[in-house]
Amino acid sequence: MHNFTPFSALFGGLLIGLSASAMLLLDGKIAGISGILAGVLKPVKGDTLWRICFLAGLLAGGLLLRIVLPGAFAFGIIRPFPILIGAGLLVGFGTRLGSGCTSGHGVCGVSRLSPRSLVATGTFITTGAIVVYLVNHLMGNAL
Amino acid sequence: MKASLTSFVSGIVFALGLGISGMTRPIKVIGFLDFFGAWDASLAFVMLGAIAVYAMAYRWCRTMPSPLLAPDFALPKRSDLDAKLILGSMLFGAGWGLGGFCPGPALTSVAAGALPVIIFVAAMCAGMYLHSWVSSSGATTSDWVVVAPQGTQDA
Repeated sequence: MHNFTPFSALFGGLLIGLSASAMLLLDGKIAGISGILAGVLKPVKGDTLWRICFLAGLLAGGLLLRIVLPGAFAFGIIRPFPILIGAGLLVGFGTRLGSGCTSGHGVCGVSRLSPRSLVATGTFITTGAIVVYLVNHLMGNAL
Repeated sequence: MKASLTSFVSGIVFALGLGISGMTRPIKVIGFLDFFGAWDASLAFVMLGAIAVYAMAYRWCRTMPSPLLAPDFALPKRSDLDAKLILGSMLFGAGWGLGGFCPGPALTSVAAGALPVIIFVAAMCAGMYLHSWVSSSGATTSDWVVVAPQGTQDA
């Protein structure tokens, strides 16, 4: 196992949990990023401002990272544009059809022991692993 | 308005968590999903940390009549498993494995100004529009039920 970084991963995870907890306890909202974004793309009156504020916070946090931790954007692997477009379409469509992503299902839902989120999280990790296996091992990382 | 400020600050903390944990780096994500190669288990610790905190917050919220800055909790209350959930999660997982980005890290990484990430995010938004176009049910919010519907959401 190389590049194993359990401590920074755990610390980052604690911050993610803290942020999602604040959204729950203060605003009563689930910090599911795909759902928050979808609600901005198709706005519902009276339910949009908090979403825009959260997404603006993500961007502001990203700008902060650029200054204090530029290594956060050392992507390491960047697929070619056609693959990224396909991946983006799958992520956008799939998270809406499945009602959530890594944050809404993987963190918030799993913490609540929601059966839907447990199944969704098991499914997207398994499918992701199958795709990585196909790409890295059967196709020899040819992308 | 207080709730908007909370959302903004939470967004910042969320992004910092994603950046510090390695979630914004496809090489870490793809390394985590590569169970049959040089498996990088780091991202399991991201979930562990996040869930440890959030599970406590959730237990706490169950004892509260309402959130501190909003009239009510907006929590999903469905528990049925359906084909959409499974198929959607499969498609999402496939895209996640292909590109190495899920929605939060992708949006955060837009701040890095790299064209590939901007293209990924544009395609992700297109995928969301495509979904609302093909589904008659307008599924963006249909699964999210407002519990205790008195009062209005802060916005």
